[in-house]
Amino acid sequence: MSSEYTQEYSVVEGKPSLRSLDEIISKPLNTKPELKYYLALLLTLTMLGIGAIGLSFSLYYGTGLWGNNNPVGWAWPIVNFVFWIGIGHAGTLISAILFLFRQKWRTGIARFAEAMTIFAVMTAMIFPIIHTGRPWVAAVYLLPYPNQHSLWVNFNSPLLWDVFAVSTYFTVSFVFWYVGLIPDFATLRDRASTKIKKVIYSITSLGWRHSNRHWRHYEMTYLILAGLATPLVLSVHTIVSFDFAVSQLPGWHTTIFPPYFVAGAVFSGFAMVQNVLIFVRKIFNYEHIITVDTLEKMNKIILLTGTMVGYAYSMEFFIAWYSGVNAEQFAFVNRAFGNYSWAYWIMFSCNVFIPQLFWFKKIRRTIPFMFVIAVFVNIGMWFERFVITVTSLSKDFLPSSWAYYSPTIVDFSLLIGSFGLFFTMVLLFAKALPAISIAEVKAVVDGAQPSHHEEH
Amino acid sequence: MSEKKLYSYTALFDTPDKIIHAVKSVAEKGYTKYDVNTPYPLHGMDDAMNLKKSKIGWVTLVFGLLGTTAAVSMMGWMMAVDYPLVIGGKPFFPLPSFGPIMFELSVLFGALATVGVMLFVLFKFPNNSHPMHDTEYMKNVSSDKYGISIEAIDPKYNQDEIITLFKGLGAESTAPIYFDEEELNFKPTILDKKFLGFLAVVAVITSLSVYGTMNIALYLPPFNWMDDQGKSLPQQTSEVFERNSSMLQPVKGTVARGFIPYKFDKQPELAGKLLVNPLLPSEENLKIGKRKFDIYCSPCHGYLAEGDSRLRDKFPNPPSLHSEKVRNWTDGRIYHVLVEGQNVMPSYSKQLSRNERWAVINYVRVLQRSFNAKESDLL
Repeated sequence: MSSEYTQEYSVVEGKPSLRSLDEIISKPLNTKPELKYYLALLLTLTMLGIGAIGLSFSLYYGTGLWGNNNPVGWAWPIVNFVFWIGIGHAGTLISAILFLFRQKWRTGIARFAEAMTIFAVMTAMIFPIIHTGRPWVAAVYLLPYPNQHSLWVNFNSPLLWDVFAVSTYFTVSFVFWYVGLIPDFATLRDRASTKIKKVIYSITSLGWRHSNRHWRHYEMTYLILAGLATPLVLSVHTIVSFDFAVSQLPGWHTTIFPPYFVAGAVFSGFAMVQNVLIFVRKIFNYEHIITVDTLEKMNKIILLTGTMVGYAYSMEFFIAWYSGVNAEQFAFVNRAFGNYSWAYWIMFSCNVFIPQLFWFKKIRRTIPFMFVIAVFVNIGMWFERFVITVTSLSKDFLPSSWAYYSPTIVDFSLLIGSFGLFFTMVLLFAKALPAISIAEVKAVVDGAQPSHHEEH
Repeated sequence: MSEKKLYSYTALFDTPDKIIHAVKSVAEKGYTKYDVNTPYPLHGMDDAMNLKKSKIGWVTLVFGLLGTTAAVSMMGWMMAVDYPLVIGGKPFFPLPSFGPIMFELSVLFGALATVGVMLFVLFKFPNNSHPMHDTEYMKNVSSDKYGISIEAIDPKYNQDEIITLFKGLGAESTAPIYFDEEELNFKPTILDKKFLGFLAVVAVITSLSVYGTMNIALYLPPFNWMDDQGKSLPQQTSEVFERNSSMLQPVKGTVARGFIPYKFDKQPELAGKLLVNPLLPSEENLKIGKRKFDIYCSPCHGYLAEGDSRLRDKFPNPPSLHSEKVRNWTDGRIYHVLVEGQNVMPSYSKQLSRNERWAVINYVRVLQRSFNAKESDLL
């Protein structure tokens, strides 16, 4: 294969020296942050505090403080759970699937996206646990363990599959992320200016020596982890969708759910990663590493998955009509034109219409435009989960048990708190750990690899 | 410096092409104990070092399959063997339902084992006492230089030759790496003061947190316990009801269900004269009588009413029921003993209903007759 055909344009602009990459990536770790950082942290901690107050009240007085009531028993907690798990999917897609496809542009954003995956999954896991009502004994409800009743959990239940899927996803994502961090910790260790930093980085780097006899296994392990994480990430949202699809409820009981949920998860996750990265590259001066080209590629994926989600919305209507099942047809007419039509049309316009603007190259490459569109995508995807969960439950088979669901102020505080928790962790991460993979970025700088001219 | 023990001799290069070329030369010269340190993996370096493809994938395969097996045997045992339950009419061993968790555990086992084996078995990490740490060489290769290091234990090791070789290959700098004296002489001892102090701190923190969790935290609101409910239990004091008792007195004149007053209080002779056994000694009645006698009477009177108590020496022995006196009592007179008790024997009116008392008496009559059988009884 001639090298001209495979010649890629550089993913890192301007051919920076390797030592300057060390400096710029480790700069936030070694300098005192600016006032802006503290203001941002204050904002997220306030949001987190609002959530903590709401959660304390919920634990003290019980979950009756939430809007959940018959027939809508799965309300905001499940909506928030599915939303945050979905956000997590972009990180693994970037770090694993794009790695398998040899997409070099992923190197600049992979570390941050993986971290966001971990934080999003942590945020998501809070909701089903507090939805059990007594979270301090949730492990007893969720895990198979030998108990005095000799009873085991029900392995026929998708809710239990979810427990295994989400905890495996979290563990494997964390390990994947940590394995990627090891060489960077070693680099930081060798740059450390104080004794305490040196001790911390020595422990976290495990004594990595950048040895090629190690790189050999390391690269293979990274490839294997990417290979394992790829089906894993697809399985997680598939299983989340089973929570709905395996039930008998009209509007939930459809086979399109798994692919539709996975596409939606990648869609919302990319929007969130894009939003956060726009700030990160500006604040920490990473514009030459996280380039506009990278952001444009992300926007293309948002456009693709948004269109897939739009296809799924339409196909649901077609199948409802084609199936000839009255209850199913009613569920969808009710979704679009019933009590919750306002939510449905927010969802539809944010997810299907607005991202179509990304067909224009100018909009794909203009930062304020893409930022606003991604914000709309996130709003739309939250409403998607709301529409699916609430409309089907509020009007099911039996008209006498229909009821209109509205959230309470405590529900709002928990949602705000979840954003607070997520962004607090993101901010602390950006300050405490290298936000960009030093070793991976070095490897894709122009001239970083041997030219091989001698051999040919 | 010269008494220090030598680990290896190193050279730094500043471009990827130079290091690849250098490694090829070193490998051609026949060195085996050498390593290359680069800030990121270099394409083509494995070929230059004659390293084969990593075989770590086998670890993933084996442990992944182990995860599949573990998942299916765990779920199969729990659902089909240990506690089979019918759930939605599905089979006890619902293989399709096991699919998701089989997949998840395969991935989990495979991923954790691969990383664990790589870090802790192949690399022998954590290892912060390697001689390369804290050297100028390490600081350079972890940033922007490409280094090669030939160990002193290599059979072909010759310092002067190596320096000449490195210089000839265009090395930017060369330097020896020594073992750290402190590391070499370090002898870990279990009675080290720091270690003991660490253990003490861990012990104190663990005890306090366990104590706090089990005895304080679990009793704070909103935790509540099923045995501590806002209701009165029998035998407890109560501030709500009169006499400070949670148990209420029945209304005056209350008659217990099924209770019929006994008219012959302390009048055994009258009872013996006026009370008549309403039951016939039918087979059915005798069966009831035998069962109740065996339960309530036999512990003291014996199964055959001979007065051979099973509570001998622990409780005064009652007289035999086959005595002349008892045989000559009327049924009503015995009935009076069952209702009121006699000497140490308490009343059995709570344990035996009226009909049961008469049935027991019929049974006692049968026992008496069988012990004093006449010839006519045999006919």
